[in-house]
Order: sequence, then C-alpha cells, then structure tokens
Amino acid sequence: MRYIPLTPEDRKTMLSSIGAASVESLFSHIRDEIRFKGKFSIPTAMSEQEVMRFASELAAQNSPAASAPCFLGAGAYNHFVPSAVDQLIMRSEFYTSYTPYQPEISQGNLQAIYEYQSYVCSLFNMEVANASMYDGASALAEAVLMACRITGKNEVVISDLVHPRWRKTVATYVLNRGTNIIQTEDHPTGKTDPERLLKAITQNTSAVVVQSPNFFGNVEDWDAVGKVCREKGVLFIACTAEAMSLGLLRPAGDFGADIVVGEGQSLGLGLNFGGPYLGMFATREKHLRQTPGRICGRTTDKDGKKGFVLTMSTREQHIRREKATSNICSNQALCALTTTIYLTLMGKGGFSQTAKNCHYAALALKQKISSVGNGARNSFDLPFFNEFLADLPVSADELNKRLAKKGAVGGYDVSRDYPKMENKILLAATELTTPAEIDLMVKTLGEGK
Amino acid sequence: MGGAQSRNILGKPYARGIVFNEPLIFERSRAGRNGCDVAKSPFEQKEISAGFAKGTLREDFTGFVEVSEPSAVRHFTRLSQWNYGVDSNFYPLGSCTMKYNPKVNEAVARLAGFTGLHPLQDEATAQGALRVIYELEKYLCDIVGMHSASLQPAAGAQGELTGLMLIHAYLKDKGNARKKVILPDSSHGTNPASAALCEYSTVPLASGTDGLIDCSALEKLMDEETAALMVTNPNTLGMFEKNIKRVCEIVHAKGGLVYADGANLNAILGKTRFGDMGVDVCHMNLHKTFSTPHGGGGPGSGPVLAKDFLAPYMPAPRVVLADGRYKLEHNPPKSVGALNAFYGNFGVYLRAYVYLLSVGGEGLGDISDAAVLNANYILSRLKGHYHVPYDGPCMHECVLSDKFQKDAHVSTLDIAKSLIDRGFHPPTIYFPLIVKGAMMIEPTESESLETMDTFVDAMVDIAEVAKTHPLSLAEAPVLAKMRRLDETQAVRNPDLRHKP
Repeated sequence: MRYIPLTPEDRKTMLSSIGAASVESLFSHIRDEIRFKGKFSIPTAMSEQEVMRFASELAAQNSPAASAPCFLGAGAYNHFVPSAVDQLIMRSEFYTSYTPYQPEISQGNLQAIYEYQSYVCSLFNMEVANASMYDGASALAEAVLMACRITGKNEVVISDLVHPRWRKTVATYVLNRGTNIIQTEDHPTGKTDPERLLKAITQNTSAVVVQSPNFFGNVEDWDAVGKVCREKGVLFIACTAEAMSLGLLRPAGDFGADIVVGEGQSLGLGLNFGGPYLGMFATREKHLRQTPGRICGRTTDKDGKKGFVLTMSTREQHIRREKATSNICSNQALCALTTTIYLTLMGKGGFSQTAKNCHYAALALKQKISSVGNGARNSFDLPFFNEFLADLPVSADELNKRLAKKGAVGGYDVSRDYPKMENKILLAATELTTPAEIDLMVKTLGEGK
Repeated sequence: MGGAQSRNILGKPYARGIVFNEPLIFERSRAGRNGCDVAKSPFEQKEISAGFAKGTLREDFTGFVEVSEPSAVRHFTRLSQWNYGVDSNFYPLGSCTMKYNPKVNEAVARLAGFTGLHPLQDEATAQGALRVIYELEKYLCDIVGMHSASLQPAAGAQGELTGLMLIHAYLKDKGNARKKVILPDSSHGTNPASAALCEYSTVPLASGTDGLIDCSALEKLMDEETAALMVTNPNTLGMFEKNIKRVCEIVHAKGGLVYADGANLNAILGKTRFGDMGVDVCHMNLHKTFSTPHGGGGPGSGPVLAKDFLAPYMPAPRVVLADGRYKLEHNPPKSVGALNAFYGNFGVYLRAYVYLLSVGGEGLGDISDAAVLNANYILSRLKGHYHVPYDGPCMHECVLSDKFQKDAHVSTLDIAKSLIDRGFHPPTIYFPLIVKGAMMIEPTESESLETMDTFVDAMVDIAEVAKTHPLSLAEAPVLAKMRRLDETQAVRNPDLRHKP
C-alpha cells in the first residue's frame, strides 16, 4: 500500500523492540467475540490510475450547473474565482496543517485567521468576528442560541423570508430546548413587514431574525428592522445567504445589528454540491464572551515580537466542556482562508464592481423575461440584488424541464417550501451570466405548449 | 549570528535567512493597485441608485484592500511558510490522526463534474455525486457495523450532536427522552458540550485504576433517567475498552443507548466494529481516519451512523436508490431535521470516498496494523525516559507524562516546545485530563521507521537535557519563527481584528 512506509524488515525490528511476537498479538485484548472476521463490501484496492478513471467516470455522470447556463441560486451562487485562489490554498503548509494550537509554528494560519476576522468585521461593519462556523445555516442556529443565552429568554421571531433550510437548521438545533420559534407570514408580499415583527414580539422574545437579500432576493429594510428591535429591547440578528450582495448593499452593522451571520460561499468557494461552505459570524464587543467558536488575537512573544494566538478559549468545549458556548471544534478554516485570499485579490474595486455586475445581469434578466409578453414578470416591484421571484405562465417545474432539454439549469421552485406559491420561480444571475444565456431563457419562456 | 554583517541586518525589515517577514495584508494596500481585472459587464449599466431607497447602497469600503496579484500571492505564500503541515514532517497529535493526505483525493475533489455541481440542481443531473453519497454511507456502515448513515454533519462535534438527537428522538417516541448522559472522565470536551446542546445533563464516570471503564461504577450510575453512555473506544488513553460488550449490556439493561465517539477509529479498522460491540450510534471523523486534510482547523466531516431502529430519525434529505436512479428524500416523517443548509461537506467526504477506493476493503486492516505497531514501537522506545501512567499495550496512540521531569521543574509544555526546536510538531498535551501533564502521541500508519527514530531521539535528547540543563528547556522554542506567546495579554487586551 503506497500510503504505508513500513517494510517487513522494519516490522521485525519494531516487534523486537516492543517484545511482541506478532502484530496480531497487539490486538489480543480485543476479545474474540467482537473480532471482525467478515469481508467488507468495499471494492478491492485500486491503483491511482484506476481511481482517476473511476472517479472521472462518476464526475461525468454529473452535469454541473457551473458548466451550463445557470439561473439557480437559492443560497448557492455560481461566481468566478481567480486562479490564484486555488493555487494558494493548495500550499500544503495550509491544507495539511492542524488547528493552530502551537502558535510558534502556526503563525501563517493564525495571521490568516486574524485577517479573515478583520474582513468579516468590515463586510458586516461589526466589531468582532470568530474564526468561522460550518455554514450560514448552522451559524444562524448558533446566533439564535447565543441570543437566548444573552437575554435568558427562549423565544425568537424569525421572518419566513429567511432561507427555508436555514430555518429548518435553527429548528433542529433548538429542538430539545423548547425554544419557541415564531415565524412571521411575510412571503406573500416578498418583504418582511416591520409592523408584523412588532406585533409578533412578546416579552419572552430574545431576538428577531431577518435575512437580506431575503430568500426571494428582495432587499430588506435594515433600518426599520433595527428600529423595531431597539423599540422592543430585543436583539437584532441579521443574516445573508449571498455575501456578494455586501459589495453593493450597506451592511446590517450600519443599522445596529447585534449578531450578523452570513454564508461565504460566494466569496471564492465554488458550488461543490453544497459544501464545504463558510459560516461567517460577527457580533458586538460586549457579547464577545458569549460568542461560539475559535477566535484569534494578536499578542507578543517572549522577545516582544508581535504575533498571534487562539484566544478567549475559556468559552470553548475543550476547556469549559458542558458549559461551553458551543460544541464546535473543527470549523471551516481552509474555507475562511479561501475567502480571505479571494477578498484580497478582488480588493475594494473588484468586489464592488463584481457585485454591480451581478446586479446588472439580474436587471437585464428581469427586463427581458417581462418583454416576452406572456405574463412572465418579476413577482414584486421591490429592489433586489441578483435574484428575484418571477411569475410564470407555466409551473416552475415545466419551465425547468424545458430548460433542461437545452442543457440549462433553471431556477428554484419555491412551491417546495411555500406550497401556495405556484407558477413562480426564483431566478438568479451573477457576473458569469451572459446575454446568450438570457436569450435562451427568453426563448424557452416564449415556447407555448 | 555574529560579525558586522549580521549586525547590519538585525533590526532591519529584511528577511532573516529565508524566513520572510510579512505584515498584515492591510498594510500592503496602496491606492491604485488591484489584484483582479474584473470582466466588463455585457449588460446595460444603469444608474443603480435609482432602484434603491436612499441609504441602502454601500459607499464605505474601509477595511478592503488594494494589492496587486503578485503581492497577494507572495503574501499568502509567505504566511504558508510559517506553518507546519503533515507534508512538512511528523505530526504526532494524539486523538487527531494526522495521517498523510493523498494527492489523488485533491485531484478528484477538483474535477469540474464535482466542483461545479449546484446543491439544488435536478437529481437526474447529479447522479454521480448522489452515488458517492449513497455508496460512501454504505461503506462506512460496513466498517463500523451499522445500518444507516448520514454524511450531513460537517464535523465530529456536529456528528455527536446529531447522534444524541437521534437517541433523544427515539427515546421520546418510546415515552421518555430521559435527562442524563454518562461520560467517562477521559472523554473529549465536545462530548459534554454536545450533550448540553441536546439538553442532557452530564454525569461523569471515573475511570478505573487500569484506565478503563469500571463496570461496577457504571452499574451504580446507570438508571432509567439516563439516556446514553458516550464512550470513546479505544479511549483517550489509547487503550481498548475490553469490557465494551459488558458495558453496553449494562446500559441497555436500563433502557439506555450507547454512543461511540469515533475519534480513535484508526486503531480498529477491520479488527472490530462498534455495531458488534453493542454500540447503537456513533460518528466518525473523516478528516482523521479517512485521510481528508485538516485544513488548519477544518473543514472536516463527521458522519453519524446508527442501528436500524434509529434510521428513521436521521437528518434529511436522505439519498435513496430506486429503479437504478439515485433520489433525494426530503421529508422523512421522523427525521430530526437539518444540521446545515445542504448535504454537509461534500467536497470533504468525496476525498474520503476516494481514499476508500485506494485502500480497498481488504486494506483497512493493514492501516490499523501499522498505526498500532507504530504507537507501540514509540512507547517501547520512550518507556524509561518518560513516565507511562497506564502500563500495558497501547492501541494507535500512547500517553506519557512529565512525572520524571517534574522534580527538575521541566513541564510537559517545556518538552512540547523543545520538540519544536528539534523540528517536530508537539504531541497533544494536557489531555486526557485524568493524566497530569499528559503527552498523547499518535504516529498514524503514515510514518516510516526512520522518522519515528528521529522523533524518539529528539524526545530522549530532551529527557537528557532535562537532567543536565533543565532551565534551558523553559526558554524553548528559540529556533522557531516566534518564541512563546503571551496568552494572558491576548485575553486581557483583546486585539481581534485590524482596525482601519
């Protein structure tokens, strides 16, 4: 086996040092009654050549959205990633290293985490950020748990325009805590109504959760949501599933958000069939000690040289065990590094321009589909970033099937999550969308049955 | 360094040798540079502000940088050079299984047929990926003797949480979800933290004098309000819980379930299976046992695996095979729900799938053979130089302590930092908590005899220096990029971000 260096001669030398007769004897304390004597269903070992052929065949059984005209978003977006990003995360000192618990030989990872935390704070205009969570959905669940800890209350008001899978993840995390989740019914109007939030909040409410752009792509009114939260004295949790929007829209931190979480997938990570993605998590300094996850800080060494360490670890499971702020240990460090590299390459101008280009493409898509003249149009007259809900003359399923025949990936059928929303489709565009792709959509939409 | 030339260099911003200095990326920023020439949009570029209410659009980009592509590449390349990876040298971190990360895994994970897949695209267009999920679940079940698996948990801790949720849901269906979870005092910190997240109170179980679970102590603790025992086998002392079958019987007799933490699975591949021991549910760490890279702290993958009676509670969606096609089942009625937005860290468990193809079913036992042989070899060579708190053959890792060095005021921390000066990453230290000054060494199957001998020589050298020049070890490391860092200062004056 190419991954095991020991030779028969080595084994002999080692057994003699141990004083054991055989390797088998080292397993003698596993009683016979539980020894495995069967055969695994796993295939026989393959050479690298065979592995590559087999895996390439499997990959060929997929028709990746990124290689097709793609209008699908709904929490995962097809953006361009500069070549330098992957080249750099392929540096084995990054990807084959462990969590930087030995700071003297982990300054590269630690400085990168510090830079990542700085970027996340800037993205959201918040004061502190952690070193990452698994993804946006689980980061939101942790935000809700944190809000309940801070306030000592066990209820949360959440807009039903927050991503359905994120809401499901929150519900799963709080399943056994009996947390009361109040979902507003905002989806018919496409935007969260501050008045409705106001009415939904009770004296037991810990926090309000709103996503912008929301699941239908529309931009929420952070200012109004912030005012409601302050008026009622509840925490303001803001989230975003499309981090690219932060290159165009003002962040929730500008409007008094207490905790902000986001999905970082759009910032250099690719689609990867849903993961690994990146849970970005930021909050206010006053809530630092209730924050989940690892945090990196700057300090000095014995010679007074500036350097970095993982810090505030008395919040974490390896110190605090059952009293920890979260059970998280492994996070998404390499994804956080990826995003740090991506944002560095894009820079101020590139980030903002790419976000604008996404918006231009989506505006063109919106305008073109309504020009078909068969009732297709955007469902709400609301500002959006790069995704919007559209009314269709047919079902989303029907349109998607027609598009699939032409090798294109259609939009998201929201009736899966909002059963009354029939003949509607969620369409996304990015900087990679081309005029020809939009023409294909227009042509397909125009085809009668 | 000595002489006039070195005096000229010291204190200047030059590199020392080839260890480069590199400031924060924010300090590299200069107005007018850029690292990406963004493609021009082919669409009409209207005045954007017209479509938005006043105050909606971002104008402030403080905190973002302007650097060229070469500067950015050099910045991160230099940072990488300050790290230590498995590809650099031996990484003997106990309970972390820092084995070699095969390069073919990386190549497969980068095939466009996988990287470009949208999680919500039509199942018919993602058959290859769904097959990976379906088959990997099957293979992993086989390895630990379980019935069903979910690859959704993104890391070991999320796997633990999911496993406990399955237990909670099952017991609740039976009428009483119960209140407590029993944990051996040698358990990983994530175990009690996951139990707490699942609203279980934790009851510690003291290890016996032999370092193993004390069955009579367990019998006394186990009652009908206890939902589960969480056990790590081999345990964190690197010892196999030889009474595991009896342990499971004791828990089952009171209607509780047994959870196995798979952190140490690398010791028993092809040798024994959790399911056959009597365990009801477990998780694995694919980033440990199945060779996916640790990535400087993540992403990992922590599949949960369980017996048939827990299968209905698994997270959704589930991949099912019907009429030769793979499909997603989104709403199984008894499912505990969702742990993240899609199907977990696909790109990570894809690598583990490739690893299994490379190793093959019959090769799994060889991995544990080599891992256990290596650990016992290191133990045999270091015995006598370092105190061995629990004697007896070890499995894939051995635990030592600083007891022999303590009188000379040399601590485990000093030994760890002295290893850095000798070119090695330190072992896991001060864990498990039940051993004072613990050093937990796990060589994995990836190491050659020569590498282990060099490591042993370094450890023996440190033990010798501890006798002759003990104070010098308190200064270590002196040859690394940094000396010891002031962690107290980091907590007292939190500096957690660059402030533009």
